[in-house]
Amino acid sequence: MSEHTTNHQSTDEHPKAKKREMSRRQFLNYTLGGTGGFLIGIPLVWNLRFAIDPLLQAKASSNLVKTIEESAVTTTPTAVKFKISQVDGWYYSEPELEAWVARGADGKIYALSPTCKHLGCTVSWAPEGRASNEFFCPCHGARYTVDGKELAVASAPLDEYQVELQDGYVYLGPIKANTRV
Amino acid sequence: MMNKLYNWIDERLDITPLWRDVADHEVPEHVNPAHHFSAFVYCFGGLTFFLVMIQILSGVFLTMYYVPDIVNAYASVDYLQYKVEFGDIVRGMHHWGASLVIVMMFLHTLRVFFTGAYKAPREMNWVVGVLIFAVILGLGFTGYLLPWDNKALFATKVGIEIASAVPFIGDLLREFLQGGDIVGAQTLTRFFALHVFILPAALLGLLAAHFIMIRRQGISGPL
Repeated sequence: MSEHTTNHQSTDEHPKAKKREMSRRQFLNYTLGGTGGFLIGIPLVWNLRFAIDPLLQAKASSNLVKTIEESAVTTTPTAVKFKISQVDGWYYSEPELEAWVARGADGKIYALSPTCKHLGCTVSWAPEGRASNEFFCPCHGARYTVDGKELAVASAPLDEYQVELQDGYVYLGPIKANTRV
Repeated sequence: MMNKLYNWIDERLDITPLWRDVADHEVPEHVNPAHHFSAFVYCFGGLTFFLVMIQILSGVFLTMYYVPDIVNAYASVDYLQYKVEFGDIVRGMHHWGASLVIVMMFLHTLRVFFTGAYKAPREMNWVVGVLIFAVILGLGFTGYLLPWDNKALFATKVGIEIASAVPFIGDLLREFLQGGDIVGAQTLTRFFALHVFILPAALLGLLAAHFIMIRRQGISGPL
Protein backbone atom coordinates (compact mmCIF):
# COMPACT_ATOMS: atom_id res chain seq x y z
CA MET A 1 0.00 0.00 0.00
CA SER A 2 1.48 3.34 -0.99
CA GLU A 3 2.18 6.21 1.43
CA HIS A 4 -0.82 8.52 1.52
CA THR A 5 0.27 11.12 4.06
CA THR A 6 2.87 13.72 3.30
CA ASN A 7 5.50 13.62 5.99
CA HIS A 8 7.00 16.95 6.96
CA GLN A 9 10.11 17.10 9.06
CA SER A 10 9.74 20.76 10.09
CA THR A 11 6.05 20.90 10.97
CA ASP A 12 6.75 23.39 13.81
CA GLU A 13 7.86 26.08 11.37
CA HIS A 14 5.09 25.55 8.82
CA PRO A 15 2.24 23.91 10.69
CA LYS A 16 -0.22 24.23 7.80
CA ALA A 17 2.14 23.85 4.90
CA LYS A 18 0.70 20.47 3.81
CA LYS A 19 -2.68 18.89 4.42
CA ARG A 20 -3.09 15.19 5.08
CA GLU A 21 -4.86 14.17 1.93
CA MET A 22 -6.31 10.97 0.63
CA SER A 23 -6.84 10.48 -3.06
CA ARG A 24 -10.00 8.98 -4.49
CA ARG A 25 -7.99 5.91 -5.52
CA GLN A 26 -6.66 5.41 -1.97
CA PHE A 27 -10.09 5.87 -0.45
CA LEU A 28 -11.51 3.23 -2.78
CA ASN A 29 -8.56 0.93 -2.12
CA TYR A 30 -9.17 1.12 1.62
CA THR A 31 -12.96 0.78 1.57
CA LEU A 32 -13.09 -1.98 -1.04
CA GLY A 33 -10.07 -3.70 0.48
CA GLY A 34 -11.62 -3.50 3.92
CA THR A 35 -14.95 -4.89 2.74
CA GLY A 36 -13.27 -7.65 0.77
CA GLY A 37 -10.98 -8.47 3.67
CA PHE A 38 -13.98 -8.65 5.98
CA LEU A 39 -15.90 -10.93 3.63
CA ILE A 40 -12.95 -13.29 3.28
CA GLY A 41 -11.45 -12.91 6.75
CA ILE A 42 -14.48 -13.59 8.92
CA PRO A 43 -15.39 -16.95 7.35
CA LEU A 44 -11.70 -17.88 7.40
CA VAL A 45 -11.42 -17.06 11.12
CA TRP A 46 -14.53 -19.15 11.92
CA ASN A 47 -13.15 -22.08 9.97
CA LEU A 48 -9.70 -21.85 11.52
CA ARG A 49 -11.16 -21.72 15.04
CA PHE A 50 -13.22 -24.77 14.09
CA ALA A 51 -10.06 -26.52 12.90
CA ILE A 52 -7.95 -25.87 16.02
CA ASP A 53 -10.74 -26.80 18.45
CA PRO A 54 -9.00 -29.99 19.69
CA LEU A 55 -6.09 -27.84 20.93
CA LEU A 56 -8.40 -25.68 23.02
CA GLN A 57 -10.76 -28.29 24.46
CA ALA A 58 -10.53 -29.15 28.15
CA LYS A 59 -8.31 -32.16 28.73
CA ALA A 60 -10.13 -35.23 30.01
CA SER A 61 -9.10 -36.35 33.48
CA SER A 62 -9.00 -40.07 34.16
CA ASN A 63 -10.43 -41.71 37.27
CA LEU A 64 -8.85 -44.30 39.50
CA VAL A 65 -9.55 -47.88 38.42
CA LYS A 66 -9.79 -50.77 40.89
CA THR A 67 -7.40 -53.63 40.00
CA ILE A 68 -5.84 -56.48 42.02
CA GLU A 69 -5.68 -57.15 45.75
CA GLU A 70 -2.85 -55.51 47.62
CA SER A 71 -1.77 -58.86 49.10
CA ALA A 72 -1.22 -60.31 45.61
CA VAL A 73 1.55 -57.85 44.83
CA THR A 74 5.06 -59.29 45.10
CA THR A 75 8.52 -57.89 44.49
CA THR A 76 8.39 -59.37 40.98
CA PRO A 77 6.52 -57.07 38.56
CA THR A 78 3.19 -58.58 37.46
CA ALA A 79 1.25 -57.54 34.39
CA VAL A 80 -2.12 -56.12 35.47
CA LYS A 81 -4.76 -55.34 32.83
CA PHE A 82 -7.41 -52.75 33.57
CA LYS A 83 -10.03 -50.89 31.57
CA ILE A 84 -10.50 -47.15 31.38
CA SER A 85 -13.35 -45.28 29.75
CA GLN A 86 -12.11 -43.17 26.87
CA VAL A 87 -13.92 -40.46 24.92
CA ASP A 88 -12.38 -39.82 21.51
CA GLY A 89 -14.53 -37.21 19.80
CA TRP A 90 -17.75 -39.06 18.95
CA TYR A 91 -16.21 -42.47 19.75
CA TYR A 92 -16.73 -43.88 23.26
CA SER A 93 -14.69 -46.93 24.17
CA GLU A 94 -13.15 -48.86 27.05
CA PRO A 95 -9.62 -49.68 25.98
CA GLU A 96 -7.59 -52.12 28.10
CA LEU A 97 -4.36 -50.81 29.55
CA GLU A 98 -1.51 -52.74 31.09
CA ALA A 99 0.60 -51.92 34.14
CA TRP A 100 3.57 -53.74 35.69
CA VAL A 101 2.72 -53.72 39.39
CA ALA A 102 5.30 -54.60 42.03
CA ARG A 103 6.31 -53.93 45.61
CA GLY A 104 9.56 -52.03 45.77
CA ALA A 105 12.51 -52.58 48.10
CA ASP A 106 11.05 -49.78 50.24
CA GLY A 107 7.81 -51.78 50.64
CA LYS A 108 5.74 -49.35 48.57
CA ILE A 109 3.55 -50.60 45.76
CA TYR A 110 4.20 -49.01 42.38
CA ALA A 111 2.94 -49.53 38.82
CA LEU A 112 5.04 -48.94 35.70
CA SER A 113 3.68 -48.12 32.26
CA PRO A 114 4.77 -50.67 29.62
CA THR A 115 5.27 -47.96 26.99
CA CYS A 116 8.94 -47.85 26.08
CA LYS A 117 10.48 -44.40 26.42
CA HIS A 118 12.58 -44.96 23.32
CA LEU A 119 9.97 -45.02 20.55
CA GLY A 120 6.76 -46.18 22.21
CA CYS A 121 6.73 -49.96 21.76
CA THR A 122 5.59 -52.20 24.64
CA VAL A 123 8.08 -53.59 27.16
CA SER A 124 7.64 -56.70 29.28
CA TRP A 125 9.30 -58.09 32.38
CA ALA A 126 11.99 -60.74 31.86
CA PRO A 127 10.74 -62.29 28.60
CA GLU A 128 12.12 -65.70 27.67
CA GLY A 129 15.73 -65.62 26.54
CA ARG A 130 16.37 -62.25 28.19
CA ALA A 131 17.75 -61.13 31.54
CA SER A 132 15.52 -62.34 34.38
CA ASN A 133 15.63 -59.06 36.31
CA GLU A 134 15.02 -56.46 33.63
CA PHE A 135 12.25 -54.99 31.49
CA PHE A 136 12.95 -55.59 27.81
CA CYS A 137 11.57 -53.93 24.69
CA PRO A 138 11.47 -56.16 21.58
CA CYS A 139 11.64 -53.32 19.04
CA HIS A 140 15.16 -51.97 19.58
CA GLY A 141 16.33 -53.89 22.65
CA ALA A 142 15.83 -51.18 25.26
CA ARG A 143 16.28 -52.45 28.85
CA TYR A 144 15.14 -51.12 32.23
CA THR A 145 15.67 -52.08 35.89
CA VAL A 146 12.88 -53.28 38.14
CA ASP A 147 12.27 -49.63 39.12
CA GLY A 148 12.07 -48.64 35.44
CA LYS A 149 15.49 -46.98 35.24
CA GLU A 150 16.84 -47.06 31.69
CA LEU A 151 19.87 -49.29 31.10
CA ALA A 152 20.22 -49.29 27.32
CA VAL A 153 18.83 -47.58 24.17
CA ALA A 154 16.13 -45.55 25.97
CA SER A 155 17.02 -42.13 27.35
CA ALA A 156 14.42 -41.87 30.13
CA PRO A 157 12.92 -44.15 32.79
CA LEU A 158 9.54 -45.85 32.33
CA ASP A 159 6.54 -43.75 33.39
CA GLU A 160 4.48 -44.67 36.42
CA TYR A 161 0.74 -44.90 36.98
CA GLN A 162 -0.59 -43.05 40.00
CA VAL A 163 -1.27 -45.70 42.68
CA GLU A 164 -3.85 -45.50 45.48
CA LEU A 165 -4.52 -48.23 48.06
CA GLN A 166 -8.10 -48.57 49.31
CA ASP A 167 -9.74 -51.41 51.27
CA GLY A 168 -6.91 -53.79 50.40
CA TYR A 169 -7.08 -53.15 46.66
CA VAL A 170 -4.70 -51.39 44.28
CA TYR A 171 -6.26 -48.52 42.31
CA LEU A 172 -4.50 -47.17 39.24
CA GLY A 173 -4.85 -43.62 37.94
CA PRO A 174 -3.30 -41.37 35.28
CA ILE A 175 0.28 -41.63 34.04
CA LYS A 176 2.99 -39.54 35.68
CA ALA A 177 6.77 -39.28 35.43
CA ASN A 178 8.83 -41.95 37.20
CA THR A 179 9.42 -41.06 40.86
CA ARG A 180 11.54 -44.05 41.81
CA VAL A 181 14.79 -43.38 39.99
CA MET B 1 7.64 -3.48 4.21
CA MET B 2 4.89 -5.14 2.15
CA ASN B 3 5.86 -2.89 -0.76
CA LYS B 4 9.47 -4.01 -0.58
CA LEU B 5 8.47 -7.66 -0.40
CA TYR B 6 6.12 -7.23 -3.34
CA ASN B 7 8.77 -5.46 -5.42
CA TRP B 8 11.35 -8.12 -4.58
CA ILE B 9 9.05 -10.86 -5.85
CA ASP B 10 7.84 -8.80 -8.82
CA GLU B 11 11.40 -8.11 -10.02
CA ARG B 12 11.99 -11.85 -10.19
CA LEU B 13 8.65 -13.24 -11.32
CA ASP B 14 6.93 -10.28 -13.04
CA ILE B 15 3.64 -10.92 -11.28
CA THR B 16 2.13 -7.47 -11.88
CA PRO B 17 0.59 -8.33 -15.30
CA LEU B 18 -1.23 -11.27 -13.68
CA TRP B 19 -3.45 -9.15 -11.45
CA ARG B 20 -3.32 -6.03 -13.66
CA ASP B 21 -5.09 -8.10 -16.31
CA VAL B 22 -7.99 -8.58 -13.88
CA ALA B 23 -7.87 -5.22 -12.08
CA ASP B 24 -7.67 -3.03 -15.21
CA HIS B 25 -10.34 -4.94 -17.05
CA GLU B 26 -13.03 -2.40 -17.71
CA VAL B 27 -16.60 -3.12 -16.63
CA PRO B 28 -19.01 -1.88 -19.35
CA GLU B 29 -21.40 0.82 -18.18
CA HIS B 30 -24.54 -1.23 -18.81
CA VAL B 31 -23.43 -3.97 -16.39
CA ASN B 32 -22.13 -1.62 -13.69
CA PRO B 33 -24.60 -1.07 -10.82
CA ALA B 34 -22.82 2.21 -10.04
CA HIS B 35 -24.21 3.59 -13.31
CA HIS B 36 -27.57 1.85 -13.49
CA PHE B 37 -28.76 0.28 -10.27
CA SER B 38 -30.84 -2.28 -12.17
CA ALA B 39 -27.55 -3.69 -13.46
CA PHE B 40 -27.24 -5.58 -10.18
CA VAL B 41 -28.70 -8.53 -12.05
CA TYR B 42 -25.31 -8.83 -13.75
CA CYS B 43 -23.76 -9.57 -10.34
CA PHE B 44 -25.54 -12.90 -9.89
CA GLY B 45 -22.84 -14.93 -11.62
CA GLY B 46 -20.11 -13.42 -9.47
CA LEU B 47 -22.19 -13.95 -6.35
CA THR B 48 -22.70 -17.59 -7.29
CA PHE B 49 -18.93 -17.96 -7.62
CA PHE B 50 -18.40 -16.28 -4.21
CA LEU B 51 -20.86 -18.73 -2.63
CA VAL B 52 -19.11 -21.67 -4.30
CA MET B 53 -15.85 -20.48 -2.73
CA ILE B 54 -17.58 -20.35 0.67
CA GLN B 55 -18.82 -23.91 0.09
CA ILE B 56 -15.32 -25.12 -0.72
CA LEU B 57 -13.83 -23.35 2.31
CA SER B 58 -16.39 -24.65 4.80
CA GLY B 59 -16.49 -28.08 3.16
CA VAL B 60 -12.74 -28.55 3.42
CA PHE B 61 -12.87 -27.83 7.14
CA LEU B 62 -15.92 -30.04 7.73
CA THR B 63 -13.94 -33.04 6.51
CA MET B 64 -11.62 -32.60 9.51
CA TYR B 65 -14.37 -34.14 11.64
CA TYR B 66 -16.74 -35.93 9.29
CA VAL B 67 -16.51 -39.69 8.59
CA PRO B 68 -18.39 -41.26 5.65
CA ASP B 69 -19.41 -44.42 7.49
CA ILE B 70 -22.93 -45.49 8.41
CA VAL B 71 -22.01 -46.17 12.06
CA ASN B 72 -20.16 -42.92 12.70
CA ALA B 73 -21.42 -40.39 10.14
CA TYR B 74 -24.36 -39.11 12.18
CA ALA B 75 -22.33 -39.14 15.42
CA SER B 76 -19.48 -37.21 13.82
CA VAL B 77 -21.84 -34.57 12.39
CA ASP B 78 -23.56 -34.30 15.78
CA TYR B 79 -20.16 -33.91 17.42
CA LEU B 80 -18.84 -31.28 15.03
CA GLN B 81 -22.03 -29.26 15.24
CA TYR B 82 -22.61 -29.28 18.99
CA LYS B 83 -19.23 -30.00 20.60
CA VAL B 84 -16.77 -28.18 18.36
CA GLU B 85 -16.48 -24.40 18.72
CA PHE B 86 -18.05 -22.61 15.70
CA GLY B 87 -19.22 -26.01 14.48
CA ASP B 88 -22.78 -24.77 14.09
CA ILE B 89 -21.49 -21.80 12.08
CA VAL B 90 -19.19 -23.79 9.80
CA ARG B 91 -21.83 -26.44 9.18
CA GLY B 92 -24.44 -23.68 8.88
CA MET B 93 -22.37 -21.96 6.19
CA HIS B 94 -22.24 -25.20 4.24
CA HIS B 95 -25.90 -26.10 4.84
CA TRP B 96 -27.48 -22.74 4.01
CA GLY B 97 -24.84 -21.85 1.43
CA ALA B 98 -25.77 -24.97 -0.52
CA SER B 99 -29.31 -23.70 -1.04
CA LEU B 100 -28.10 -20.18 -1.79
CA VAL B 101 -25.72 -21.41 -4.50
CA ILE B 102 -28.63 -23.03 -6.28
CA VAL B 103 -30.85 -19.96 -5.89
CA MET B 104 -28.14 -17.58 -7.15
CA MET B 105 -27.20 -19.91 -9.99
CA PHE B 106 -30.85 -20.05 -11.05
CA LEU B 107 -31.14 -16.24 -10.98
CA HIS B 108 -27.92 -15.99 -13.01
CA THR B 109 -29.37 -18.42 -15.55
CA LEU B 110 -32.56 -16.36 -15.78
CA ARG B 111 -30.55 -13.16 -16.32
CA VAL B 112 -28.54 -14.75 -19.14
CA PHE B 113 -31.72 -16.13 -20.67
CA PHE B 114 -33.78 -12.94 -20.57
CA THR B 115 -30.94 -10.69 -21.79
CA GLY B 116 -30.34 -13.12 -24.65
CA ALA B 117 -26.68 -13.41 -23.66
CA TYR B 118 -26.59 -17.05 -24.72
CA LYS B 119 -26.84 -16.15 -28.41
CA ALA B 120 -23.96 -16.34 -30.92
CA PRO B 121 -21.04 -16.22 -30.39
CA ARG B 122 -21.67 -17.36 -26.76
CA GLU B 123 -23.56 -20.63 -27.28
CA MET B 124 -20.67 -22.73 -26.01
CA ASN B 125 -20.57 -20.79 -22.77
CA TRP B 126 -24.28 -21.42 -22.28
CA VAL B 127 -23.66 -25.14 -22.73
CA VAL B 128 -20.82 -25.06 -20.19
CA GLY B 129 -23.13 -23.14 -17.85
CA VAL B 130 -25.78 -25.83 -18.15
CA LEU B 131 -23.14 -28.46 -17.31
CA ILE B 132 -22.17 -26.41 -14.25
CA PHE B 133 -25.86 -26.33 -13.31
CA ALA B 134 -25.95 -30.13 -13.46
CA VAL B 135 -22.75 -30.52 -11.43
CA ILE B 136 -24.04 -28.13 -8.75
CA LEU B 137 -27.30 -30.08 -8.52
CA GLY B 138 -25.20 -33.25 -8.22
CA LEU B 139 -23.23 -31.70 -5.39
CA GLY B 140 -26.47 -30.78 -3.65
CA PHE B 141 -27.88 -34.29 -4.09
CA THR B 142 -24.74 -36.14 -2.91
CA GLY B 143 -24.15 -33.75 0.00
CA TYR B 144 -27.69 -34.26 1.26
CA LEU B 145 -26.99 -37.90 2.14
CA LEU B 146 -23.79 -37.32 4.11
CA PRO B 147 -25.28 -36.45 7.57
CA TRP B 148 -26.95 -39.89 7.43
CA ASP B 149 -30.13 -38.87 9.22
CA ASN B 150 -33.67 -39.92 8.26
CA LYS B 151 -34.18 -37.00 5.91
CA ALA B 152 -30.92 -37.80 4.12
CA LEU B 153 -31.74 -41.48 3.77
CA PHE B 154 -35.23 -41.04 2.38
CA ALA B 155 -34.37 -38.09 0.13
CA THR B 156 -31.67 -40.26 -1.42
CA LYS B 157 -34.04 -43.20 -1.80
CA VAL B 158 -36.44 -40.90 -3.65
CA GLY B 159 -33.67 -39.39 -5.78
CA ILE B 160 -32.31 -42.78 -6.79
CA GLU B 161 -35.85 -43.97 -7.53
CA ILE B 162 -36.22 -41.03 -9.92
CA ALA B 163 -32.85 -41.78 -11.55
CA SER B 164 -33.91 -45.40 -12.02
CA ALA B 165 -36.89 -44.22 -14.11
CA VAL B 166 -34.51 -43.19 -16.92
CA PRO B 167 -35.34 -45.37 -19.95
CA PHE B 168 -33.02 -48.32 -20.71
CA ILE B 169 -30.13 -47.40 -18.35
CA GLY B 170 -32.27 -46.68 -15.26
CA ASP B 171 -31.43 -49.88 -13.42
CA LEU B 172 -27.73 -49.55 -14.14
CA LEU B 173 -27.81 -45.95 -12.96
CA ARG B 174 -29.53 -46.98 -9.73
CA GLU B 175 -26.95 -49.65 -9.05
CA PHE B 176 -24.09 -47.30 -9.85
CA LEU B 177 -25.41 -44.65 -7.47
CA GLN B 178 -26.30 -47.11 -4.71
CA GLY B 179 -23.16 -49.22 -5.06
CA GLY B 180 -25.34 -52.22 -4.18
CA ASP B 181 -28.91 -53.37 -3.69
CA ILE B 182 -29.84 -50.88 -0.96
CA VAL B 183 -29.11 -47.31 0.07
CA GLY B 184 -26.47 -48.17 2.67
CA ALA B 185 -22.81 -48.23 3.58
CA GLN B 186 -21.59 -48.34 -0.01
CA THR B 187 -23.94 -45.58 -1.09
CA LEU B 188 -22.56 -43.31 1.61
CA THR B 189 -18.90 -43.83 0.69
CA ARG B 190 -19.44 -43.31 -3.02
CA PHE B 191 -21.60 -40.23 -2.45
CA PHE B 192 -18.78 -38.90 -0.27
CA ALA B 193 -16.23 -39.53 -3.03
CA LEU B 194 -18.49 -37.84 -5.59
CA HIS B 195 -19.20 -34.94 -3.24
CA VAL B 196 -15.66 -34.08 -2.18
CA PHE B 197 -13.44 -35.23 -5.05
CA ILE B 198 -15.09 -35.96 -8.36
CA LEU B 199 -17.81 -33.31 -8.66
CA PRO B 200 -15.71 -30.43 -7.22
CA ALA B 201 -12.90 -31.29 -9.67
CA ALA B 202 -15.39 -31.26 -12.53
CA LEU B 203 -16.86 -28.01 -11.23
CA LEU B 204 -13.50 -26.23 -11.07
CA GLY B 205 -12.64 -27.33 -14.60
CA LEU B 206 -15.98 -26.13 -15.95
CA LEU B 207 -15.72 -22.83 -14.06
CA ALA B 208 -12.29 -22.21 -15.57
CA ALA B 209 -13.75 -22.79 -19.05
CA HIS B 210 -16.72 -20.53 -18.17
CA PHE B 211 -14.44 -17.65 -17.10
CA ILE B 212 -11.90 -18.02 -19.91
CA MET B 213 -14.74 -17.86 -22.43
CA ILE B 214 -16.33 -14.78 -20.88
CA ARG B 215 -12.95 -12.99 -21.00
CA ARG B 216 -12.35 -14.07 -24.58
CA GLN B 217 -15.81 -13.09 -25.81
CA GLY B 218 -16.57 -10.17 -23.52
CA ILE B 219 -19.87 -9.39 -21.85
CA SER B 220 -22.81 -9.19 -24.22
CA GLY B 221 -24.01 -5.72 -25.21
CA PRO B 222 -26.86 -3.71 -23.65
CA LEU B 223 -30.47 -4.61 -24.39
